[in-house]
Amino acid sequence: MTDRCIIIGASHAAAQLVPSLRQEGWQGEIVIVGDEPHLPYHRPPLSKAFLSGEKTAEELPIRPAAFYDKNEATFYHGYVRAIDRVKKSVLLENGDVLSYDKLVLCTGARVRKINVPGAELGGVHYLRNIADVEGIQAHIATGKNAVIIGGGYIGLETAASLTKQGMQVVVLEMAERILQRVTPPEVSSFYARIHAEEGVEIKTNVQVTQITGEQTVQSVLCDDGQTFPADVVIVGVGVIPNAELAEQAGLEVNNGIRVNAQCVTTDPNIFAAGDCTNHFNDMYDCQLRLESVPNANEQAKVAAATLCGNPKTYNSLPWFWSDQYDLKLQIAGLSRGFDHMVVRGDQDKGRSFAAFYYKEGRLIAADCVNRPKEFMLSKKMITQRSMLAPELLCDESVTVKALIEQLR
Amino acid sequence: MGHITFIEYDGTQHDVDLEAGKSLMQIAMDNGVPGVDADCGGECACGTCHVILEANWFPETGEVVDDEKQMLAMTPEQAETSRLACQVHTTNEMDGMVVRLPEFQM
Repeated sequence: MTDRCIIIGASHAAAQLVPSLRQEGWQGEIVIVGDEPHLPYHRPPLSKAFLSGEKTAEELPIRPAAFYDKNEATFYHGYVRAIDRVKKSVLLENGDVLSYDKLVLCTGARVRKINVPGAELGGVHYLRNIADVEGIQAHIATGKNAVIIGGGYIGLETAASLTKQGMQVVVLEMAERILQRVTPPEVSSFYARIHAEEGVEIKTNVQVTQITGEQTVQSVLCDDGQTFPADVVIVGVGVIPNAELAEQAGLEVNNGIRVNAQCVTTDPNIFAAGDCTNHFNDMYDCQLRLESVPNANEQAKVAAATLCGNPKTYNSLPWFWSDQYDLKLQIAGLSRGFDHMVVRGDQDKGRSFAAFYYKEGRLIAADCVNRPKEFMLSKKMITQRSMLAPELLCDESVTVKALIEQLR
Repeated sequence: MGHITFIEYDGTQHDVDLEAGKSLMQIAMDNGVPGVDADCGGECACGTCHVILEANWFPETGEVVDDEKQMLAMTPEQAETSRLACQVHTTNEMDGMVVRLPEFQM
């Protein structure tokens, strides 16, 4: 009997696991269990090019069906109800039991729901998968009102995509500024300015108390008495890792499924990759749960190697990107805990700058808006633990090329 | 159908079908060619699908836009004929093209 590897979750990590498992020498079966009626597809464009209609659903799959056929990976459409670690099997939605030799959990994350009266009305949407976006697209029309709850990256990308299509957009943020959780005030105010220039109304310090309407949404009420008319409401207030299956199976879970640097859970036959994991990051010396495609890809590669008996250690610099209007934001590293910031360019004017974050004299992160060179430089500096002085980075008379030369 | 040859840094060759209209990055992904990371899925955001074209094929692949130019300029293994594979849109004229992969992606 051949060995069987079951992958639970059919998104970015799964799409990388298939080639990586084969490249690392896995000769057994590969079965992917996923609950969406699609091949694994690119999620980042959902709030960007897919929502704005520049990309179609046909352009979203990460790899075509023929790729999985060729690599003898089969899909099972449905849910996994439970994992039996003693028998090494999973219980599927339809009652079938499928045994495994190795199991990889790529269960991802789900959207955090809001709990206010009216949250169940028609026209209230979240944004995580193709079906969500198709639901939102049904409401898109010039001059219609969209209210976005949550001023994080998803909310702001959605605002940009809908404004582009002629909608009137309001963003409601509970905190005192947008992007508060992920950037300092300078970057928040930059994005607030750009959205204002593009015609998006941003309201901060407001809490949504009620969504009104008969069958479908009509307006959104806030705690300060303001009311906003709405033809559609999109909620982007964060995600929760899908770790319940792992927890019920007795694996260690703490804000995600705990994995070691080789992507192994507390069961040596069970691995995990992607948004559902919580791992230790050597570069930042802390536990991390990342919501990130590059992380899912990298962990999938590490898990595949380890699973095949060629243990690999995960040690990648986290990075992210966000497209809004003509702005390409590229984020290298994690800025939390920085003690000094310098800016190259001027975030108060124009549409291009880079903010560099230092901690104890070392660069730990950078937010680069329309500054791909600075982004590449930052990735390199952080990885090399470079002590290059902040005064050099913010001096535009020194070229980025000259700075990177100093690293070699 | 035509074909494209990807050559890994260690010399391993991958002859794959040319599906004109797809990006060079997508063709590499479709065929599981190792060495093209394509972290961002083709948004010209990450610089991890760096490829080096054989010189005679370079002019066939069209103009290099500014974003791509800037990312490439910072890549240690940049060559005269470097491209980001996600920005190369394939045509039937690219039948037989040879594409080399760098040792590392950024």
